Amino acid sequence: MTTTTTTTRAPVRRAASVGSGRPHGGPPSARRRRERLYQWLFLVPASVYLVLFFGYPVVKNLIMSFQDYGTATFYTGEAPWVGFDNYAKVLGSTIFTTAALNTALFTAGSIVGQFVIGLGLAVFFRKKFPLSGVLRSLLLLPWLIPLIASGAVWKWILDKDSGALNQFLEALHLVPNGVPWLTSTQLALVAVVGVNVWIGIPFNVTILYGGLQDIPDELYEAAALDGATGWRSFWNITWPMLRPVVNVVLVLGVVYTLKVLDIILALTGGGPANASQTIATESYALSFEQFRFGEGSALGNILVLISLVFALFYLRASRRGVED
Amino acid sequence: MKRTSLTVRTGLALAALAVPAVLTGCGSNSAASANADVKSISVLDYYNNEPDKSFIGDALNKCAEKAGVTLDRQTITGASLIQKVLQQASSKTLPDVLMLDNPDLQQIAATGALAPLSDFNVSTDGFAQGVLQAGTYNGKVYGLAPTVNTIALFYNKDLLAKASVQPPKTWDELKAAAAKLTSGSQYGIAFDANATYEGTWQFLPFMWSNGGDEKDIATPQTAEALQLWTDLVKSGSASSGVLNWKQADVKDQFVAGKAAMMVNGPWQLPTLDKAQGLNYGIVQLPVKSASDTEVAPLGGETWTVPQTGNKAKQAKAAQVVACMNSDEMQTSMAKQRNTVPSKTTLASQFAADNPKLAVFTDLIKSARARTGELGADWPKAATKIYTAIQTALTGKASPSDALQQAQNSNG
Repeated sequence: MTTTTTTTRAPVRRAASVGSGRPHGGPPSARRRRERLYQWLFLVPASVYLVLFFGYPVVKNLIMSFQDYGTATFYTGEAPWVGFDNYAKVLGSTIFTTAALNTALFTAGSIVGQFVIGLGLAVFFRKKFPLSGVLRSLLLLPWLIPLIASGAVWKWILDKDSGALNQFLEALHLVPNGVPWLTSTQLALVAVVGVNVWIGIPFNVTILYGGLQDIPDELYEAAALDGATGWRSFWNITWPMLRPVVNVVLVLGVVYTLKVLDIILALTGGGPANASQTIATESYALSFEQFRFGEGSALGNILVLISLVFALFYLRASRRGVED
Repeated sequence: MKRTSLTVRTGLALAALAVPAVLTGCGSNSAASANADVKSISVLDYYNNEPDKSFIGDALNKCAEKAGVTLDRQTITGASLIQKVLQQASSKTLPDVLMLDNPDLQQIAATGALAPLSDFNVSTDGFAQGVLQAGTYNGKVYGLAPTVNTIALFYNKDLLAKASVQPPKTWDELKAAAAKLTSGSQYGIAFDANATYEGTWQFLPFMWSNGGDEKDIATPQTAEALQLWTDLVKSGSASSGVLNWKQADVKDQFVAGKAAMMVNGPWQLPTLDKAQGLNYGIVQLPVKSASDTEVAPLGGETWTVPQTGNKAKQAKAAQVVACMNSDEMQTSMAKQRNTVPSKTTLASQFAADNPKLAVFTDLIKSARARTGELGADWPKAATKIYTAIQTALTGKASPSDALQQAQNSNG
């Protein structure tokens, strides 16, 4: 950038012609302005989209959470302002602690399971072997089946009395009689996490496999010459080289998992006795089963806030990555 | 060849242009001469599966013909109906005739979106007490259900005969029978204790018949009813699967012979009749002591006239609602759909003609509406009830503690 500006110009004009590379205004500044206009025009579609489909719902949800927003509101349009009442109600309700704890366990369990298995499979598929392409694409299957369909099938597989899993385990004499996967307060959350891991594996494998492709083979060859193979090469080459991708996978995974709704609804509906109730399912129940939209959106906002914290962690982690 | 396809395409394009023109033409016409003649009215309901879709559609068409209008009917899934209605209420596009499940009616009436049927002189004579209870909000009737239903005890005749067990009439008999009928992979009884309103619905007859009440569920009467369910699951006479079963799953267990008895409704009759080699009977649900009478919960869908602002269309809509609730339509729809006419005056004849529905017809006379006491606040109570059921059946608390916790929970 060249900045040959004349000192006699008014500050405004100067600002306009900065970087134009010409000491005289007139036509260049007009061109500059036109350029500016074009820049804005290019921004308009994206901004309109963002405001309409992200800005509006977020703001509306925020406002809703401070209102007594019920069924009547839809017809009359009246939603009295109630301040922090909705937040006080949802945070003070007996179910909140259970739901928060379940959300934490569900998210942690799902992420660990998905990531470890996903990474293992990604590393495994890095070695080319016959049919590896076919197998890798088959792995995407859980991702391609509609969640409602896979939820219904899993509900049947995990059924206590006639489920396929119990029949299999009983045939192998591993368990004496039906394990109540979905109807025991101790096992329901475990079962739901298991199914969610199954759903999350394709996402993890795909992204991690992509990250692995970017690691140059020469590194491994050089390391092999120095005697580093197997675990050594994984810890000293694969893991550090993959870290940026790992960050993305984990943070996106956390954000996706926090809000998981359909699979829990399909499997247990949050039961038994709220054993698999998460903040997301409780927020859904408040809004769309009991039609207490104010409280539902308050709980939803709390979930958004938690996601936001993780997003900040991610930003910090990635910045540190760059500084390193 | 190319020429033809071009002409076809031009034709299609012209047609596409013409359709909206015709539609707007119609729209402005009817708006202008609103009072003179209404040609068509819109209907929204959740009968989106056959055969109910056609049964209801045929009845609606007959009634529309009588009223001199054509129908623009939309059917959606049951789960999305209320959300759709709320959307329509806020965008002022409510249909002229709206079907609502009876426990939802008061909540929607409370918003002001419905017109009282008395505005259009729709007769409410002869209906069962519970039906009017369900359709009434603040002293005015907003919706009428032509046919209604409830739940009863279904039993597998062959399995009971093999174990030489009589269909139980009291809770003690029920527990004994269920225990005797449990062996191997076969359970004595199946019911729905799901963490949804369906679980609450199945529990109500036990709770109500014993004197329990939804205003305060932390009472000994309700605790006794919940103790019965808890005992059935604890003793293994019912699978702990009940915690996650819906009524359709309960029916599947019964049809597969994995449950000798089940709590379910008459809408399952077509499937049960189709099941090969299934020989079943229906009796009232057992009550605590033989002298008690069963109080059944009322199920069924009401027809309402929303406040659309178009008086002429509303009047036509009310005619259709009245016609749907006429004696003739009630009897024919009840027979087709395995439900019960909602007018008690039709009951004895109907029970005689349809012996399979006799038990249900009998129960409807004294059936209680879920919203009868609490009105628009019913969902809160219903949530407390299923929460308590789940807490007790999973053994997290005793029935009375579970009910106390649920009653105290703010919600």
